[in-house]
Amino acid sequence: MTPFTSITSKILPVLEDRIDTDVIFPARFLLLMQRGEMGRYFFADQRVAADGSELPHPANDPQYKGAQILLAGADFGCGSSREQAVWSLTGFGIRCVIAKSLGEIFAANCLRNGVLAITPPRIIINELAAIESPITVDLEAQEIRAGDKIFPFAIPPAHRERLLNGWDDIDLILANEEDRLAAFENAQRLVQPWLYGASDVR
Amino acid sequence: MSGRTLYDKLWQNHVIRDYGDGAALLYVDRHLLQETSTHQSFVSLRESGRSARRPEAHLAVPDHAVPTDSRGGEIADPMAAAQITALQKNAADFGLAYIDLEDQRQGIVHVIGPEQGFTLPGITLACGDSHTSTHGAFGALAFGIGATDCATVIAAQCLVQQKSKNLEVRLDGTPQKWVGAKDYALALIGQNGVGFATGHAIEYRGPAVEQMSMAARMTLCNMSIEGGARVGMIAPDDVTYAYLEGRPYAPQGELFDQAVTYWRTLASDADAAFDKSIGLDVGTLAPHVTWGTSPQDALPVLGRVPDPKDAPNEGEARRWARALDYMGLAAGEALHDIGVDKVFIGSCTNGRIEDLRIAAEVARGRRIADNTQAIVVPGSTAVKRQAEDEGLDRIFLEAGFEWRHSGCSMCVAMNNDRLAPGERCASTSNRNFEGRQGRNGRTHLMSPAMAAAAAVTGHIVDVREVMA
Repeated sequence: MTPFTSITSKILPVLEDRIDTDVIFPARFLLLMQRGEMGRYFFADQRVAADGSELPHPANDPQYKGAQILLAGADFGCGSSREQAVWSLTGFGIRCVIAKSLGEIFAANCLRNGVLAITPPRIIINELAAIESPITVDLEAQEIRAGDKIFPFAIPPAHRERLLNGWDDIDLILANEEDRLAAFENAQRLVQPWLYGASDVR
Repeated sequence: MSGRTLYDKLWQNHVIRDYGDGAALLYVDRHLLQETSTHQSFVSLRESGRSARRPEAHLAVPDHAVPTDSRGGEIADPMAAAQITALQKNAADFGLAYIDLEDQRQGIVHVIGPEQGFTLPGITLACGDSHTSTHGAFGALAFGIGATDCATVIAAQCLVQQKSKNLEVRLDGTPQKWVGAKDYALALIGQNGVGFATGHAIEYRGPAVEQMSMAARMTLCNMSIEGGARVGMIAPDDVTYAYLEGRPYAPQGELFDQAVTYWRTLASDADAAFDKSIGLDVGTLAPHVTWGTSPQDALPVLGRVPDPKDAPNEGEARRWARALDYMGLAAGEALHDIGVDKVFIGSCTNGRIEDLRIAAEVARGRRIADNTQAIVVPGSTAVKRQAEDEGLDRIFLEAGFEWRHSGCSMCVAMNNDRLAPGERCASTSNRNFEGRQGRNGRTHLMSPAMAAAAAVTGHIVDVREVMA
């Protein structure tokens, strides 16, 4: 996973509340099996009309071209657990989501893909929404810098560490936790034997 | 020190390593896989040369992309066929149990997990699908995950998770006839918003919950995610144990009794503390329907489409206006006058035998309205067979409904069961998002009884009126 330390970029504002993962990545594209194809379907149905013509949407607007920071409203990414929503977002070039609030599974999927997803107080979102020049999101310092303004943000220490180092959970677990895992299974087998052996899935 | 909740107990029972700050490495007892969310998981497992740690803890079944108009033979859509074939191969390569499309046990993951006794109280269960909260109805800690996490569960049988807060949702009262779990869920989300439970694990409790069947409990827990919670649980009780006894993968004989003794210890302690508590009196509840493009746009059926100028804030006013435009509705319109083109009865929310029985009771001796298409899609092949044994298929067919094979169907519209642009659907599914049932399709969420009533009248209607 690519480490996330600090990025400086324009903001792509998609500020409507309750944008769900079906809007970010419509379900019919879930039939695609290659991750690399997904960026072009980011907000597909809001960006391209059924006849193929372009619709007005911030992600189509040249003034936001190249933006790596998405600014969002409340409950952004609510709904389905599809990681394709995050892959379409990263495929489009986004590395950081700043939202009023986030769907929980979407937020977890962001973390798994090296996307910094944070939810600073709403007043900060409103201030950022008024800024047109590039801002810096610095994970090391845990602050957003916009011109002469500095907004600190919170993030669980474990998440910060993973993003800064580009760590994948699966690598960490397999490298460090085998003894604990085996001990857990041995203990659980005594308490809930029906989850092991004879009553395992046949 | 106060006691522990059901969620606290299950969490603590599965912590392999506590990282502090609420983060822990959590053991995952059982994993369900479907075709749409797991292919990339296997791609990454193959790239890194990894294998399944405990192949026997996984169960794979195709449900999302499967056609429902026929079963057996070639699947017409090459992309759907490729995805289903890939799941079969992935499961075989990694030694995971796979239920074939034509197998009698096939169905929607969240219907067949419980049916097969794969879902049990006291376990952690993960699946690459947000409606995994359904399994919480058994007192399992069950949650939806993305594809990366599916790979981690296969290789390591555990996940790094952040503990949620405890939210009590207390249900009191005795519901009126034709009011049920779907109405409870829509009312809760309608009154409290789609974010009301974000960051929390819900425990549904109270006298009204104790009276609910397992099917109704599953419907309620299923829609926890629409309230923002990954986890929605109900303490296991005699209703749970009666449902599970004799199921293929449930413990048998003495082991079952031993399990029940253990499961009885899981309920929240009498002095358990919840971080937040909300209540709902189901005794005064009317059937609910949604009017907009968020599950929180839910109102009693006798209500009217709201006016954006009455919205609680500017953001909601803009969203309501956009929703009205998308839905082709005008503020002030009576909900029960809205005509429908299609009716969908099915999904992991409402595709169980109890749901089909209620819908059939409404359909019996009636005929669907002209220019309306209505499809009934059983949640599993076992539900389909059971319904046919009871003669429900005849009732539906005689009333003009189509009787389909099981799958997710028009809940996610990945197969050819979908709305055409502008079409309006009375749907028993769980999401009314823009485009959810097909591009520019318009979804009104409701219970199976309400959807059947809409089918026979051709418009949204109070089922109590139809059945009076």
